[in-house]
Amino acid sequence: MTIVEIGLPKRLVEVTLDGESVRVPEGVTILDACTAVGKSIPTLCYGDTLKPANACRICMVEVEGARTLVPSCSRKVEPGMVVRTDSERTQHSRKLVLELLGSATDLSTTPHVDEWMSACGADPSRFGPPAPPAADRDDRRPGEHEEVDGSVAATVRQPTKVDNPLYVRDYGKCILCYKCVDACGDQWQNSFAISVAGRGFDARISTEFATPLPESACVYCGNCIEVCPTGALSFKSEHDKRENGTWDEEAQTRTTTICTFCGVGCNLTLHVQDNEIVKVTSPHDSTVTHGNLCIKGRFGWQHVQNR
Amino acid sequence: MDLKLLDAEPSEAERVVVDLFTGAGRDQLLPALHAVNDRVGWISQGALNHICRVLHVPPAEAYGVASFYSLFSLTERPARIVHICVDLACRLNGAQPLCDRLTDELGPAGARSGWLRSPCLGVCEKAPAALAFEAGEVAKEQLLAPTNAGEVIAVAATGPTRAADGRAEVPQAGQAGLRLLKRVGVVDPESLDDYRAAGGYAALRTALRLGPADVIREISDAGLVGRGGAAFPTGRKWDATARQPVRPHHLVCNADESEPGTFKDRLLMEGDPFAVIESMTIAGFAAGCSRGYLYLRGEYPRALHLLRNAISKARERNFLGEDVMGHRGFSFDIEIRRGAGAYICGEETAIFNSIEGFRGEPRSKPPFPVESGLFGRPTVVNNVETLVNVPLILTEGCEAYRRIGTGASTGPKLFCLSGNVRRPGVYEVPFGTTLGELLDLAGGVPPGRELRAVLLGGAAGGFVRPDELDLPLTLEDARAAGTTLGSGVVLVLDDTADLGGFLLRIAAFFRDESCGQCVPCRIGTVRQEEALHRLVGKRPLGTSAADLQLLREVGQVMRDSSICGLGQTAWNAIESALDRLGYAVEAAS
Repeated sequence: MTIVEIGLPKRLVEVTLDGESVRVPEGVTILDACTAVGKSIPTLCYGDTLKPANACRICMVEVEGARTLVPSCSRKVEPGMVVRTDSERTQHSRKLVLELLGSATDLSTTPHVDEWMSACGADPSRFGPPAPPAADRDDRRPGEHEEVDGSVAATVRQPTKVDNPLYVRDYGKCILCYKCVDACGDQWQNSFAISVAGRGFDARISTEFATPLPESACVYCGNCIEVCPTGALSFKSEHDKRENGTWDEEAQTRTTTICTFCGVGCNLTLHVQDNEIVKVTSPHDSTVTHGNLCIKGRFGWQHVQNR
Repeated sequence: MDLKLLDAEPSEAERVVVDLFTGAGRDQLLPALHAVNDRVGWISQGALNHICRVLHVPPAEAYGVASFYSLFSLTERPARIVHICVDLACRLNGAQPLCDRLTDELGPAGARSGWLRSPCLGVCEKAPAALAFEAGEVAKEQLLAPTNAGEVIAVAATGPTRAADGRAEVPQAGQAGLRLLKRVGVVDPESLDDYRAAGGYAALRTALRLGPADVIREISDAGLVGRGGAAFPTGRKWDATARQPVRPHHLVCNADESEPGTFKDRLLMEGDPFAVIESMTIAGFAAGCSRGYLYLRGEYPRALHLLRNAISKARERNFLGEDVMGHRGFSFDIEIRRGAGAYICGEETAIFNSIEGFRGEPRSKPPFPVESGLFGRPTVVNNVETLVNVPLILTEGCEAYRRIGTGASTGPKLFCLSGNVRRPGVYEVPFGTTLGELLDLAGGVPPGRELRAVLLGGAAGGFVRPDELDLPLTLEDARAAGTTLGSGVVLVLDDTADLGGFLLRIAAFFRDESCGQCVPCRIGTVRQEEALHRLVGKRPLGTSAADLQLLREVGQVMRDSSICGLGQTAWNAIESALDRLGYAVEAAS
């Protein structure tokens, strides 16, 4: 029998969203309230299975009386709160955040970002031509940077890290949303193999001393890939297929099943292309593990294909 | 926790200093990193590994913390290193030619040549400044200010000496009517007896007699507001903390003075260290705290020495510890935490993360520190100068205190005068003194020069023109004039100053000091610096007008959507140079 903790009944509070009065349960976030009334707000660092990191600032909204905009993913509603998701200020902020991200990061595998960009007219190229990839990002020291002249826009472009047979880290696509760190750390896996290192624009996701994953505390659960919003972390199988041009998401089927390795009963979603498993995810609303798996469920499917 | 460590062992010297932390927890991570850095000059894989083993911290996280601070090195470097300040006041006083000389003679800045460029060292009154450091069994630090290339090269070769540091100097020392600076440069900062003979610890006695509620009422009625830049009412902060039912509460004295051009707190700590300790004790008593943390920026070795001395003497004489001054039930003690080169750690929530052994990243508010601060406890965070006002209020009474300054800005205020000014230093004046009067006190610009502009409030502040010197220095007048007093920075630029280069330094500073957590600040400060370079260098991408527009748009998103005050104010000074000084005005057309 599944026991679902429903808690005490929640009081409803009244808030105004873009001029419309709505009643939502006390304690929900502005984002929850918007979702409840069918208002879509873009998010990147927000994770449905993680605590808000408040880092990407794409979901900022205007709350009457607040000096700055507020992150809708973490700010809880208060009775009488007057929220604007579509004011000039929020639109400007969203557009600039997208432009800044797009000018510094490869967003080519970030879902929805193209729609968001065109919806607000974002043009990341106006900051100038992108600087060439750098191989020294792991060695940069806090509090200093190479002299610049403004002729190119600094980026996080860098060589892809391929140091193990299971997954690939392409930090040129990393927006530093903290989700992989949180999934690896105390919120889920408790492996603590990665952290944010460095500072400012040179901040990066790293193992200690940027040591390769096989020497780190990584247990290859792949829960970091599960939460990565940009494709910076991906299955080696997906990465290789994208490299040789055979990745075809449209042609893939997704089948949710139960992992056969042990008795926990984790849910697996098998992504299959040309009768071959190409990656494995897990439904975030699964009450068993909330999208988390171990190395066996995530990567141990080759036997299925031993034909 | 089941830790997986790297396959690297510490040297004997590293092991010895790290083993001293046996039994401690995560919050000793920063002190442990300091211990290794002080002993060998850098943090090796073996040393970090051993710290992780002793403190039970995952190595990736410890690496994330160590790589956050600019005073630490995670690659090998010699025991001896000189940090050369290249920030605003030093820049106006020859830091650039000094660095050029060092590049010629020692090689480009870096570990191998033995010198590094540094953000503001907080000795702007003696620019250009340098801080020499040598690791060893007893780490040595020496401030060189004002310095020159010959001295830096000599010290880089022979190492720092514990020179007989002079007393803290303030131009007004000994003048009648001083309150905050009454003892600075007059009493022996090492002597508790001197401090008491000059009125010390009378205020704590009064506080203990009044009780917490009446102390808070006095501070509130005095109208005291924070002197660190945000000007929040101190009494309200204490009251909100005192009311929290959960115990214990914590007190943090924010002595991470890093705003370029600010050095008032250093002078207070060096000239009157016991006053800081007494003030913290009063604050702890009023707000129900049993423990105070004094977070001191890592670049203040003399203040560190004097505060350590003051704390230990106060303990000996029961001004700290159990039943302070015989007051049954009031126990209070103070721990000093050294910063390690990160401006952002002066942000009131980043300071908590830094003390707790995490990266010094600001937290999202709410919750506010008064509800959930250091170690999740209700916490009061006060700036040094704010605290040092407290004994004045308790000894003079809030009525007398209110009569100083103006109705809305009460009390005396310290201003840090530096740049192109004849007598740089910290000056104490009542709120309401005009900017012109303050400049006159410091002797104005050097003979034969013309005043070009004054940067008020620091890198996060704004410029004032020579025709605006009648501005009364109050919170309300500054606000009405679209600027801020910030942390009391008054940086003077004369007609020889290179304003474009000065602005570029401000932009580089914010880029370097951004923690990197949120997008508007992490990338915005980079785009701001790039666009400003194009504007100053007259190398537009398309047109200068487009670059100007870009700057404004980036500035707006940083102000609106950054997590903390660093990003929110990173565009202030540059905006005011454009709008108030008319810098690059031709580009707008």
